[in-house]
Amino acid sequence: MAGTAPPAWTPAKPIVQLVDVHKSFGTVEVLKGISLDVRKGEVICIIGPSGSGKSTLIRCINALVPVTSGTIRVEGIEVADPKLDKLALRRKVGMVFQQYNLFPHKTALQNVMMAPIHVLGQDRREVEERARALMRKVRLAGKEDSYPGELSGGQQQRVAIARSLAMRPDVMLFDEVTAALDPETVKEVLVTIRELAEDGMTCLLVTHEMNFARDVADHIYFTDRGVIVEHGPPSTFFTAAQDERTRRFLSQVL
Amino acid sequence: MDVIPDWFQRLYESTGLNFTVFYDSYDFQRYLNGLKTTLFLGISTILVSLVIGAVGALLQSGPSRTLRGLVNGYVVLFRNTPPLVQIFFFYFGLGTLLPAAESASGLREPILNNVQWAIISLSLFAGAFNVEIFRSGIEAVPKTTVEAAESLGYTRLKAYLFIILPLALRICLPALNNNLINLLKTTTLAYAIAVPETLYAVKQIWSESQNVFEMMCVLLATYGILVGVLVWIMHRWERALRIPGYGR
Repeated sequence: MAGTAPPAWTPAKPIVQLVDVHKSFGTVEVLKGISLDVRKGEVICIIGPSGSGKSTLIRCINALVPVTSGTIRVEGIEVADPKLDKLALRRKVGMVFQQYNLFPHKTALQNVMMAPIHVLGQDRREVEERARALMRKVRLAGKEDSYPGELSGGQQQRVAIARSLAMRPDVMLFDEVTAALDPETVKEVLVTIRELAEDGMTCLLVTHEMNFARDVADHIYFTDRGVIVEHGPPSTFFTAAQDERTRRFLSQVL
Repeated sequence: MDVIPDWFQRLYESTGLNFTVFYDSYDFQRYLNGLKTTLFLGISTILVSLVIGAVGALLQSGPSRTLRGLVNGYVVLFRNTPPLVQIFFFYFGLGTLLPAAESASGLREPILNNVQWAIISLSLFAGAFNVEIFRSGIEAVPKTTVEAAESLGYTRLKAYLFIILPLALRICLPALNNNLINLLKTTTLAYAIAVPETLYAVKQIWSESQNVFEMMCVLLATYGILVGVLVWIMHRWERALRIPGYGR
């Protein structure tokens, strides 16, 4: 996976590009000029103390939150454009949430099948075949007919990942997806994400799992109070952080 | 063979309790027609008022300020005024303003008859409450669930149809039950514009046979049973919609 990421100096166009993104809620400025690139096949982790704007940042990328200024491009789509075609954007960007947010009135398999049928108008039988394959991929074969309320947190989160993948996105956003899980179930979700990354899926994760970030990420961004304080590949980031704030944060979480 | 008519005939002769509907086929037919009209009124107003509630709640949570204002105005208007006055307004007020055709015998034939006006008026009345009931359900659907639908590319309308409304319905079903039961009973107001529903038919019978007390008993029993059936249907619906592992 690290080998598939192009070196930083190549002119390869990023799949996701943020340039000087600002976001304010009322008078509170949450993002104060964020710029970052994600290239195809890369796994990017965003870490930082709570309240540093990580979730807002990731939610801006699929237009759940409108930006105040700056540009976000996803595969050529201008996210901040007022005439944004949200459907086109969201076909390219999958999102997994901290609280899974499955549709509780539908079975696991139906959750995976719904969007391709309702949104993309794809053939039900073809979608069902794909959904069953995705359920196997996230190691939930046999749970197809269970309702979300009958599944553990880790299982629900893996259904949520399968649900996102069923739309065949180009990039997956993960918003603290293990933060609400028991320690034992965190692992099964991380294994699923790691396999995705190994398959070449472009992933942008907000996470508190430092070991996971060290093992899987190609690049790590550290944010604090709305700015990117420091970034780099895990090899240097965890051992040779330059900024005092990064060092203090790492000393607390590692 | 005619056990029931004979029994009621004998009851009348021995006690003076005169349940004409159970031994006089003419009265029985009148009563049955009234019951049919009540069922027709009840079912059609329940269905129309549910549609009004669902559409109104969608518009009420929508982006258009004008539509939101219109829905709110409608709810205030129909919730703050008595249903009998509304029926009179539609039938005597609006009904006479609308153009009317003339029948072959030269009589005035309005484009909407009293049954149709009753359905319109009662549906709008109950629909105003249904809008508020659906809204309470919609507001209880977690915002994060709606966000998940949005991030999967659902438009507002599709998210409403496939995710928000099915969940909201489950939340607001007990409140909806109450309103639909009230609506079924409120159909008796159609009596006031001579719609031949159960109350109207029974009133005709008791004025001719002078058996007010007996027909009152029949009337109360009829509505008691009708509402009982509706409650039973709604509870079955509630059970059918229950999601394993969700809520209780």
